[in-house]
Amino acid sequence: MSQRNRLASGGRIDRSRTLKFTFDGHAFEGHPGDTLASALIANGERLVGRSFKYHRPRGIVTSGPEEPCALVQLRAGARQEPNTRATVAELFDGLVATSQNRWPSLAVDIASINSLVGRFLPAGFYYKTFMWPASFWEKVYEPLIRRAAGLGKAAMEPDPDEYETVHAHCDVLVVGSGAAGLAAARAAGAAGARVILAEQDFEMGGGLLLEPQHEAWRRSMLEALSAIPDVRLLPRTSVFGFYEHDVLGAIERVSDHLPVPPDHQVRQRRWTIRARQTVLATGATERPIAFPNNDRPGVMLASAAMTYARRFGVAAGERAIVFANNDGGYESAFALQDAGVAVAAIIDVRNKAKGADAARDRGIVVRLGSEVTNVHGGRSVSGATIRSRNGGGERTIDGDLLCVAGGWNPAVYLASHTRARLRWDGGLSAFLPGTPVQAERSAGTAAGVFGIARCAADGAKAGLEAASAAGFRDSKAFDLPAPDGGDADPKVEAFWEVKAKGKSFVDLQNDVTADDIRLAHREGYTHIEHAKRYTTHSMATDQGRTSGLLGSAVLAEARGETVQKVGMPTYRPYVTPVSWGGFAGREAGHHLAPVRRTPLHHWHIRNHGIFLETGLWLRPLYYSATRETGWDPILREARAVRQNVGICDVSTLGKIDIQGRDAGTFLDRLYTNTFSTLAVGKARYGLMLREDGMVFDDGTTSRLSETRYLMTTTTAKAAEVLAHMEFLHQTVWPELDVRTCTVTDQWAQMSVAGPKARLALQGCVEGLDLGNEAFPFMGVGDARIAGCPVRLYRVSFSGEMAYEVATPAGYGERVWEAILEAGKPQGIVPYGLEALGLLRIEKGHVAGPELNGQTTAKDLGFEKMMKKKGDFIGRVSAERPALVSPDRPRLVGIRAVDPSFEKRLRGGAHLVEKPDSKKSLGWATSITRSVELERWLGLAMIRQGPERIGQRLYATYPLKNEVVEVEICSPHHVDPENLRVRA
Amino acid sequence: MSKYSVFRLISEGLRGQTGWGRAWRDPDPKPAYDVIIIGGGGHGLASAYYLARTQGITNVAVLERGQIGLGNVGRNTTIVRSNYLFPENNLFYEKSLQLWEGLEQDLNFNVMMSQRGVINLYHSDSQRDAYARRGNSMRLNGIDAELLDREQVRAMVPILDFDNARFPIQGGLLQRRGGTARHDAVAWGLARGADRLGVDIIQNCEVTGIRRDGDRVVGVETTRGYIAAPKVGIAVAGHTSQVAAMAGIRLPVESHLLQAFVSESVKPVLDHVVTFGAGHFYISQSDKGGLVFGGGLDGYNSFSQRGTLPEAEHVISEGVAMIPMLSRLRVLRQWAGVMDMTFDGTPLICKTPVRGLYVNGGWCYGGFKAVPGSGWCFAHTIAKDEPHAFNAAMTIERFRDGAMVDEKGAGPFPWLH
Amino acid sequence: MLRINCPFCGIRDEAEFKFGGDASVKRPPADAGAEAFYLYAYERDNPKGWYVEWWHHVAGCRQWLKVVRHTVTHDIAQVAKAGDAVSVPQS
Repeated sequence: MSQRNRLASGGRIDRSRTLKFTFDGHAFEGHPGDTLASALIANGERLVGRSFKYHRPRGIVTSGPEEPCALVQLRAGARQEPNTRATVAELFDGLVATSQNRWPSLAVDIASINSLVGRFLPAGFYYKTFMWPASFWEKVYEPLIRRAAGLGKAAMEPDPDEYETVHAHCDVLVVGSGAAGLAAARAAGAAGARVILAEQDFEMGGGLLLEPQHEAWRRSMLEALSAIPDVRLLPRTSVFGFYEHDVLGAIERVSDHLPVPPDHQVRQRRWTIRARQTVLATGATERPIAFPNNDRPGVMLASAAMTYARRFGVAAGERAIVFANNDGGYESAFALQDAGVAVAAIIDVRNKAKGADAARDRGIVVRLGSEVTNVHGGRSVSGATIRSRNGGGERTIDGDLLCVAGGWNPAVYLASHTRARLRWDGGLSAFLPGTPVQAERSAGTAAGVFGIARCAADGAKAGLEAASAAGFRDSKAFDLPAPDGGDADPKVEAFWEVKAKGKSFVDLQNDVTADDIRLAHREGYTHIEHAKRYTTHSMATDQGRTSGLLGSAVLAEARGETVQKVGMPTYRPYVTPVSWGGFAGREAGHHLAPVRRTPLHHWHIRNHGIFLETGLWLRPLYYSATRETGWDPILREARAVRQNVGICDVSTLGKIDIQGRDAGTFLDRLYTNTFSTLAVGKARYGLMLREDGMVFDDGTTSRLSETRYLMTTTTAKAAEVLAHMEFLHQTVWPELDVRTCTVTDQWAQMSVAGPKARLALQGCVEGLDLGNEAFPFMGVGDARIAGCPVRLYRVSFSGEMAYEVATPAGYGERVWEAILEAGKPQGIVPYGLEALGLLRIEKGHVAGPELNGQTTAKDLGFEKMMKKKGDFIGRVSAERPALVSPDRPRLVGIRAVDPSFEKRLRGGAHLVEKPDSKKSLGWATSITRSVELERWLGLAMIRQGPERIGQRLYATYPLKNEVVEVEICSPHHVDPENLRVRA
Repeated sequence: MSKYSVFRLISEGLRGQTGWGRAWRDPDPKPAYDVIIIGGGGHGLASAYYLARTQGITNVAVLERGQIGLGNVGRNTTIVRSNYLFPENNLFYEKSLQLWEGLEQDLNFNVMMSQRGVINLYHSDSQRDAYARRGNSMRLNGIDAELLDREQVRAMVPILDFDNARFPIQGGLLQRRGGTARHDAVAWGLARGADRLGVDIIQNCEVTGIRRDGDRVVGVETTRGYIAAPKVGIAVAGHTSQVAAMAGIRLPVESHLLQAFVSESVKPVLDHVVTFGAGHFYISQSDKGGLVFGGGLDGYNSFSQRGTLPEAEHVISEGVAMIPMLSRLRVLRQWAGVMDMTFDGTPLICKTPVRGLYVNGGWCYGGFKAVPGSGWCFAHTIAKDEPHAFNAAMTIERFRDGAMVDEKGAGPFPWLH
Repeated sequence: MLRINCPFCGIRDEAEFKFGGDASVKRPPADAGAEAFYLYAYERDNPKGWYVEWWHHVAGCRQWLKVVRHTVTHDIAQVAKAGDAVSVPQS
């Protein structure tokens, strides 16, 4: 029969509509307003999962996010998600769920044999065995353990859904929408504060959702809140972490209640909320009691059974046994009875109970001073054994639902994240939030206040105080009709465990028993953190939300100390688990990092540039219409430069405008060499160190006027160099009159290089005499190309005669194309990053692999650039003894002795004296095929490198078992006299 | 003291597991010891263990202000490897890895050392060359390393994003002998092992002062009274500056926050340790099924031991970029440890200007894998009053001399290492 | 997430800033000698408590700011311009 446990009436479900869903392939029906858990209960499904270690049958224990057992695999295919709590999964039409951690089926799970041998598998058993023989761990034991462990299965394909992150500011954030939360939001909103009210449930109301008599009040509060423009209501939003500086993280489940997210809608949205003040009205969760076989499907928290009846209109069983240590159990029992569930008995550990008479009046058997010593049934509860705590025999009661009311744990998680200490409440036998250390206050049940009316009043007070603390002090009067009733006494008798034979579970998901905790204690794991880690108690997906305190209590008894003294394990974010996608938001896949494109990017695309990510930049490696790979296109471009002329996009170089009377002085202190003496209209190569004496960056800097320089940096270090300059100017030498500004993105810059570079440019440059005398090497001058203003720098990275042409970014393509057109007679070609690298290695210019933060100026052969007089960054530290040791690796060139290209040299090879030597003398930093010398060659850092010039060594690359004989030479493989650049 | 074995487990099973005693004793401090180790974390416990095991010095106390093993040894991402560039580092970490390989039998405690392989992904030619330089250095020093191309990586870790990545994967550097170990078990196993050799592990005993006689140490003041010892070793990574200051020593160390995360348990999806080369992200799957992962430092001095939101965003974004299927899984917890970061990223295991006082610290975020090697070398350094060749470079003086061991080339900026 | 009250821009998220290290050390004069530069570059108090540090407002005004921050609680007591003196709380 469909929905055989659905009550005839009641609940907040929409009975007019039916939703179809399947669990383990069986088709069922439910209604809008159901969770998967309530719908499964409605259909009489008891067994929903298997436990982690013993594979014991497990059912639904709670009705909320604290659920330890009812974890299912939700959806299928790429959208499947493991470990979903059935108690918070909203039912939708077509929902597909399957059970987890069982084989071959939920009903028959082979691994449940673990339960039979459980006595040999106590807490931490794996630390004591699986050690022999040693090699068996990776081969045998670990694969077995790994397969057995884990819970659900992950989808092995990319997530098709999208996520987003949003930011919010508010004066008062209220977490939780029960009576306290609604009242707090209302009070703060009336005071004029900007309020966010976040509720993890899909309906606002918290405990009010179980109280039909307060429905009108709940509605009126929500209507009033909706009418305040500065109050934002966020249902389906779990606040998962309270961070420093009063920032909170929350995850909104935007589309999880739908089969798939609507078009252009995200699955989840993560909120970063900066709250001036926060009211934590997060309620409380009921906690279990440990007794033998307290994990059977059908053992449920009493409040959950009541919730299923009142909110969802389902009977969690036909005949309930209630086991309680406080009055709350009576309330649940009465609710069940009112809903039509037979209540077999209330087993109360106390000798006196206020509700006992009322229960008896209702015809319910009440056994005071009693306890449950066993639960019968396998895959479903069939009854319980009880006994009097005051002596006497055991007796058995039949029933298919065992409701446990062990007291309440106020939800102190978010308060704990702030490092506020917890405070023990003897009446509740629970921890409450202590004195706040951040801008928060707890209200309502979360603060140990019970009863709807009292919670509403407490919430209103907290809301007003929060608003006032946030600066909203003239609170206008507002009409807050107080609800009445619900003044149940929350006091419990501190009773945690029934001492009887059998497995009494403390942590249901991780299968931790009370005996496990006692074993940990016997073995010296007596501190709560040690006991937790040794037994894995409180470390499952529910993080011990129902059972954490119970574990502390069992440990406290073993230690002979109070629970208060033992304390709780530290609560850490997240209150409930958060999807990875929610954290990543849009920063996934291609959007992990922004892309920087040069002003010439689209030209490169149109002209078959093959791109490479270099940092955030996309740069053309080379150009090839056929998208060929290998060295051919690179060699073609490099030869064109060496023989004729090429043009390369170098816009990514960092460019910093430096102005002021003291600009020259500033640069003198920044660079190892001198810039104050540089003539206007000239460029100079400069070298910068870090304060520890290591090379930081290099580049050419030009003097544009007496008081203005333009610095170029490497592409990689542009941002760091500017920050470094700002630091020095603002904090070390504030007296200098100098200003700095990045202009990297303002300029398109291109290098025109090759023996015919001048000829090519003369075809298009106007207003500047490019003759060698008028515009010599290291000259700088303004001109026009194709009507566009350009600045020319006669600098060379390739070793050829070269000009860098800079033009405002918007003119980039026009100028680039004009040069290409003008250079046609000279055979000009564009060249990419690979050819650029090839040419600079041949020429012996250092770049990233040499400027890796591990090399000094001396290491790189730049010691002459260290000026003798005056201060500069790194001057003193560069002289430390080990840094000037002659034994340090220093820059040289290396060339393959064999010119055939067959034995390949590679970057990252080490240099050794003999082919089979293990003693590294240094390493190859940059390697290329040479177009000039027709062999493999490159740069290397080698101990006593310059003294070894002319020697032969071996470049060894054990990762590929390659050894290549090389000759050590000057790093300047091409034109060591520097004639070409001056031609 | 009972020996651990499957036979013992079975016989205990037959009598309700009631026969197990304490894994380590809970002694009161004696008035004097031959050596005092300050700090009951991984390095302190390992140092005491190896003092007894390899140096024959058993009159040793480990003083822990709280409970052992709850600092960084209990807060890390459990990765063990020796894939370093410089011989000053890779020979040391290789010694440590070799000790790991026999640790379970040596300690009679299963620390679940799992040599599942560590893969560092590379995303560009220059990164490949830098990794190759490191891998070749390892191979020349007798350490296993393999350079994988893209297809080899794909075959090993098919769930990585090879098709839609912002920074496409080109390949990886693999150390097969690298892997993971159960972090808590290492602390407990070392404590039990040291205890069995006679070491006193004294919990709830905070050192409040270091007593000197002239230029040499004579003992320590603690919350449980004065305890004398001619040799004192500091092994309190995270708080090295604070304890060293008790002896008037200032160090090239700053404390920074490093976070770790774990996801909900799932059936096996990842069989190796994988690190992202285009950012700061590393991940492995624990035997229990949780994906354990971490990233870079928060980037400012901190002793807070508290997770932060910006770093969670960075780390998890990179995780989803590297492995898109992770998007639908859920992250369970985030937490943080206090790293003492040196100014070149390499630790300190050395003598100090105070005679008889030794320091073991500056672990940056490489401390866990070093635990046995660090203890072994520190024990040697304390016993012989001179470093072993493996830790000879790990001095305080190296900064004054310019002999930094800077694997990253990041310079004197601890938060960048 | 730290929120830093930039004296030029107002309260901004940590993401706009970059940390710049200990602001209690001062670059020595050029002739101070090797030991002074060693101390400047390497030795630190590394306090567990109030700390004076540099933060660079890179995505804002690009000013280097002196921030007095507690290294355990991360509370910020003061944010000052680079040249301004700061006072460090006593606790």
